[in-house]
Amino acid sequence: MEAREIVFDFLEGYDLLGAFWVTVKLTVYSALGSLIWGTLLAGMRVGPVPLMRGFGTAYVNIIRNIPLTVIIVFASLGLFQTLQVKLGGGGDFEVINFRLAVLALALYTAAFVCEALRSGINTVPTGQAEAARALGLSFTQVLRLVILPQAFRAVVNPLANVLIALTKNTTVAAAIGVVEAAYLMKDMIEAEAQLILISAVFAFGFICLTLPTGLLLGWVSKKVAVKR
Amino acid sequence: MQLRKVTAASAAVLALALTATACGSGDKDDAAGSGGGKKITIGIKIDQPGLGLKTPDGKFAGFDVDVATYVAKELGYDAENIEFVETKSADRETAIERGDVKFIAATYSINDERLQKVDFAGPYLLAHQDVLVRADDKTIKSPEDLNDKNLCSVTGSTSAKNVKEKLAPKAQLQNYGGYSECLTGLENKAVDALTTDDSILAGYAAQDAHKGKFKLAGFKMTNENYGIGLKKGDADLKKKIDAALTKMFSDGAWDKAVEANFGPANYKNEPAPKIGNVVK
Amino acid sequence: MTTSVLFDAQGPRAKQRNVLYTVVFVAALAAAAWWVFSSLAEKHQLDWVKWEPFFTSPQPWETYIWPGLQNTLKAAFFALLIALPLGALFGIGRLSDHRWMRMPSGVVVEFFRAIPVLILMITANAAYAEFTTLATEDRLLYAVVTGLVLYNASVLAEIVRAGILSLPRGQTDAAKAIGMRKGQTMRYVLLPQSVTAMLPAIVSQIVVIVKDTALGGAVLTFPELLASVRPMSANYGANTIACFTIIALIYMALNFALTSFASWLEGGRQARGSTPTSDPLLRCGGGGGRAPPPPPPATFAGHLTRASTVGCIRSVIPPRTTHVAALSPSSPSTSTTGAGGFPQWTR
Repeated sequence: MEAREIVFDFLEGYDLLGAFWVTVKLTVYSALGSLIWGTLLAGMRVGPVPLMRGFGTAYVNIIRNIPLTVIIVFASLGLFQTLQVKLGGGGDFEVINFRLAVLALALYTAAFVCEALRSGINTVPTGQAEAARALGLSFTQVLRLVILPQAFRAVVNPLANVLIALTKNTTVAAAIGVVEAAYLMKDMIEAEAQLILISAVFAFGFICLTLPTGLLLGWVSKKVAVKR
Repeated sequence: MQLRKVTAASAAVLALALTATACGSGDKDDAAGSGGGKKITIGIKIDQPGLGLKTPDGKFAGFDVDVATYVAKELGYDAENIEFVETKSADRETAIERGDVKFIAATYSINDERLQKVDFAGPYLLAHQDVLVRADDKTIKSPEDLNDKNLCSVTGSTSAKNVKEKLAPKAQLQNYGGYSECLTGLENKAVDALTTDDSILAGYAAQDAHKGKFKLAGFKMTNENYGIGLKKGDADLKKKIDAALTKMFSDGAWDKAVEANFGPANYKNEPAPKIGNVVK
Repeated sequence: MTTSVLFDAQGPRAKQRNVLYTVVFVAALAAAAWWVFSSLAEKHQLDWVKWEPFFTSPQPWETYIWPGLQNTLKAAFFALLIALPLGALFGIGRLSDHRWMRMPSGVVVEFFRAIPVLILMITANAAYAEFTTLATEDRLLYAVVTGLVLYNASVLAEIVRAGILSLPRGQTDAAKAIGMRKGQTMRYVLLPQSVTAMLPAIVSQIVVIVKDTALGGAVLTFPELLASVRPMSANYGANTIACFTIIALIYMALNFALTSFASWLEGGRQARGSTPTSDPLLRCGGGGGRAPPPPPPATFAGHLTRASTVGCIRSVIPPRTTHVAALSPSSPSTSTTGAGGFPQWTR
């Protein structure tokens, strides 16, 4: 007991769980957002309208080639500070910054979700789409009822990797002042002496978040895989 | 076929990268060899106009730089033998302790916490925490007015903590990695005030691009005694730097540096401080 | 149109509808663009004075951007140089028959894949500061490279492992049958075949490395490309939006060059696979009739996420194909023709 108190002395006065809770919230909201927007993008990229295909391709290639830090800073500096987009946060900076971070993370991650999904669409046998079309289904119906359900099952594993990457990417939100794990870590490092110990605590925190996600979704992916 | 393509490509990339890095190290050697005499490395800021700024011609300018150059000259180093390196706020103690730099002049305020790790010569400037507001903003007259305003500061700075904890707990506070981002927000009316040391604010306000746009509110919310940080226990160096600073105060060089760097901002600087007199 | 498998050939009404969609979409995009531009202009962010420094003088490029770009490239290059062999080592280690090799490799890979690079960099920097006598500049570079190496080696390990696993079992069996030892099998049969298949995933990982150097600037003040914005915007009247835009464009150009380069490498494989019988997809799909491959966009190789490739490869073990193992050690390159065992969309 004694020893533990001394070793973890430096945690005193810091809301470690609170910071990791923000990380979790950032992850969950942006994961949902990116899943929706990424699916729409994938739909655009395989759809019949050439312009939307072009847009989807351009979007993915632009977003993927820019560091996330730049995108998040743009969201705050451009959208909020210049274009006055507050995302319904009123005058509360904490809320606005959190939502902007979610928006930026979702926009960024959607590009990767789109690509993963597009690969999944490619694994669905041609016969499936042909049969669906033979039934008279429209493009959206083919996609929604036949192709995407199978595609999603094929890409659970890649999507899990995207999710893990997203969890770790939330650390970049510190750049616009969102008080999540990495922000707190930087704060603690400036104030406390035990640098290596602090790093270890945060590394452990992230392992707690990402390892179970990976294992669980790995199991799910085996469960739902389409046997062909 | 494919492998050959890959090999050729990798070889090309390798060669390119090696030349690039070779060039890089070559430059450094040149720099070291050209000056002759012994070198001194001084830590400064490179992104704060008026105090320490890397200018487009690759040189460094600002009040901290002027003070550092003067002190170095008194210590026996010519201007061309000074190597300025960036020391970020969080990095300053480590840089001194490890001997990466001989001393640091980088908006380095003397306080008890830091005194445990490093020694300070000086102080050479007394600054105060203040706010920068838009020139046409007449609603901020006292620090209390900040409570229903939007403030901006730099992540992890003591100024930000001061505002949140003491001065205006109800104010909204935006944190960024640098002051420039805050200025963009201030210009666009997304935030109402940028808070940090008045010397830093004056540096920004004095820039050509900002003339007439912003003003200093003039609240003296804290006392920041800028000192020159040096290795703990190096009494000899401390004495020499103190002597150099005393000379700078008395021969007019200090006034000239203040005028040159802060003059355009209408910054009412404190008179030259007394060496060793840290204003609490 | 290869994707047309998802929708019917368009009749007059569908074509009309498409035109309508296009018009609406263009209108929406144009409205958004107009809103952004007019708002930026209204806030004086598009004023010439904010952008002028980049176009009228070489100084910002010489003083801030070029040195920053050099550091970015330097860090990315060294990170790749070290991470690639290290990743191969761990990837092969995880496939080893010996438990004492498999286990530690697995633990190391899973551990470093789970931690944000940012935290790895901060820790490495602190460790170097504490235990070595490196000069500051070098220490920052070392810390950034170390962080990048630890993370990317573990991702590359997974890419290598998945690439080797994706090869048909018959390759190993055939190699064993002619009496090759394990090392020989790996060197002469498995690696040469999987390297070609892994290339695109590796290149997309290079893009990740380039982008992640920016974290070094954000948390360690490593003077890379993105960090050059700070002194630059401090000089030119806080033109942060202009500065960030220029830097973002440079990253885009750099990474686009990388991915185009990757698809140029891919070119050889595409061309070889063009005859119907040797088309890997047809052979992969067997009688199942897989969807035809999508047209390879310029950056197709780079489209996988930092780690998704791994999952891709792992999740879809390709059907057994009729490979003939290249059993002649003297000409390992001929064996690459058989790389079709790799799932199509990981390319």
